[in-house]
Amino acid sequence: MSGVDTEPPVRSRRLSLRVRLRRDRTLLLMTVPAVGLLLVFNYVPLFGLLTAFQDYNPLVGVWQSEWVGFAQFEALFSDSLFWGALGNTLYLSFVQLLLFFPIPIALALLLNSVLSERLRNTIQSIVYLPHFFSWVLAITIFQQMLGGAGLLNQFLRRNDIGTWDIMTDPDTFVLLVTSQAIWKEAGWSIIVFLAALAAINTDLYESSAVDGAGRWRRLWHITLPGMSGVIMLMLVLRLGNALTVGFEQFLIQRQAVGHEAADVLDTFAFYYGIATNNYSYGAAAGLFKSVISLLLIWGANKLAHAFGEDGLYRK
Amino acid sequence: MTETLIKERTGDTRGVGRPAGRRRPRATRPRWEEPPTAAGQTAKGLTLGAVVAVVLVPLWIVVATSLSTQATVNRAGGLVLWPEEITFEAYRVMLGDSTVRNALVVSLGITLVGTALSMAVSILCAYGLSRPRSVAHRFILVLLIITMFVNGGLIPTFLVVTGLGGYGEWWSLILPSAVSVFNILVLRAFYKDTSADLIEAARIDGAGDWRILWSIVLPTSRAVTAVVALFYGVGYWNSFFNVMLYMPTDSEKWPLQYVLLTYVNRGNGLPGSVNSGFGTQFSQTAPLSLQMAVVVLTLVPLLLVYPFMQKHFRVGVLTGAVKG
Repeated sequence: MSGVDTEPPVRSRRLSLRVRLRRDRTLLLMTVPAVGLLLVFNYVPLFGLLTAFQDYNPLVGVWQSEWVGFAQFEALFSDSLFWGALGNTLYLSFVQLLLFFPIPIALALLLNSVLSERLRNTIQSIVYLPHFFSWVLAITIFQQMLGGAGLLNQFLRRNDIGTWDIMTDPDTFVLLVTSQAIWKEAGWSIIVFLAALAAINTDLYESSAVDGAGRWRRLWHITLPGMSGVIMLMLVLRLGNALTVGFEQFLIQRQAVGHEAADVLDTFAFYYGIATNNYSYGAAAGLFKSVISLLLIWGANKLAHAFGEDGLYRK
Repeated sequence: MTETLIKERTGDTRGVGRPAGRRRPRATRPRWEEPPTAAGQTAKGLTLGAVVAVVLVPLWIVVATSLSTQATVNRAGGLVLWPEEITFEAYRVMLGDSTVRNALVVSLGITLVGTALSMAVSILCAYGLSRPRSVAHRFILVLLIITMFVNGGLIPTFLVVTGLGGYGEWWSLILPSAVSVFNILVLRAFYKDTSADLIEAARIDGAGDWRILWSIVLPTSRAVTAVVALFYGVGYWNSFFNVMLYMPTDSEKWPLQYVLLTYVNRGNGLPGSVNSGFGTQFSQTAPLSLQMAVVVLTLVPLLLVYPFMQKHFRVGVLTGAVKG
């Protein structure tokens, strides 16, 4: 139990397992609550995925329910609602990648160029703030600003321009949810980019300036290469999460814009699984999503490695 | 003329006497960098100004409306940019309503109990895994990290929680999300960095692991403890989906976020409130100032702790992301 830090590795490896267990029993005991909770609420549900291959009956439980093989998946793949949700998910993910992804990088570059430390810190704490709001609160605020009775329409009505209820318009829903995501999370996402910027050696800038490089050349040849590792990592994370576009955000707004525009894979599992007690069907949709997501993460990492970056894990 | 000179001088000299550490060094542009162009400077200022405004202006309008009288709201035709007469009437009515009062107690209760539990579990686990070469810590670490990538998903988790009898129970709002592996990794990264000499000295003095955690590791990592506690606290305060899953019908157990969702966002009336401004139909919903007061109420606890926490953010987040 003592001197774990200072003992040479060779000696500690030679100790028998029983001695080591005795020595570290306090440390092991400390991990028990967390491991226990994860076993119950993360590992046991993995067995629950079996319900995707059953016709789950809540009255008899997982072990007694009837096995149906891939019937749930066959039903899923012939369900136009499912394809609609999948299409929405991919489309939203693509638009968010296109519009959201560059903003934190640009914002971090901009903020990094502010000389006054006090001003920089103030702006930072303001843009971080929405990250800590709940989706309920964020959408309420959007509703109050852009909704039918909101500030924008208040202004439009007063000037007789007519009204436009952005919050319930399915045609512009993609842009709405993307701007909500940007409003809520773009500020918070600059943290990693700012850290990457801070890690760049300033001597590089000085010597290149002495050699006659202007500010744009320095941005292109020093700053961006210096950030490329982090940018690639964020891109990998984003691609790996392509099937997760923000569950709560869609759940809350589904009623207002209708399911054609607002159904994504997660809400599909919720509405056609839990809300209708069709658990096996929802579990099948969830399992489909998990498997594709894992493949995406793996593929995105391969891509990062191909570009010579670390990605999530090293090669 | 002389007066201004004196003022300038005193203004200049005031800083000199201060201890060096307290004064911020004036930010200076490096000598090799070319001075900014006027156009670039203006564009930068406008952009950053707009970014800050996009966050702050809606918040200001919400607060201003919640503080306005019905007359001001009517005159403005809805939301108020500037409250003419400030009144706390909306807050008085809101806190007089049993549904909102209940929700506030529920939210605070879930947040405090949940955060305390999550912190205890996470700190113990992070310390347990932070000592080098301890038995099985690699294995447990892998067990933890796997859950970040693979999980049963919504429905299997729902079935486990309801199978354990969680439907309608308080614990179903706390326990399923009590452990965040990311937060444990953040804490662990810090505990690993705690001075080995200090810990060794304590061991020689006869301190066990409990004692070392309590008297050495925890006091030396206050900043990261604060950040992680904020993450957990915000998570509990903001959660509404667990309520939707596990107690959607019992309005007495609803937290504030769920009240905000049903009554401000969806415009539904609240069951059980008849004697206040809370109506039962969309057309009869409460006055705007009252709705905005509920919004402000969900914001207040966050804004109270935020200023004390925000200076630690970068430390906490980056350690988790980079060293984890």
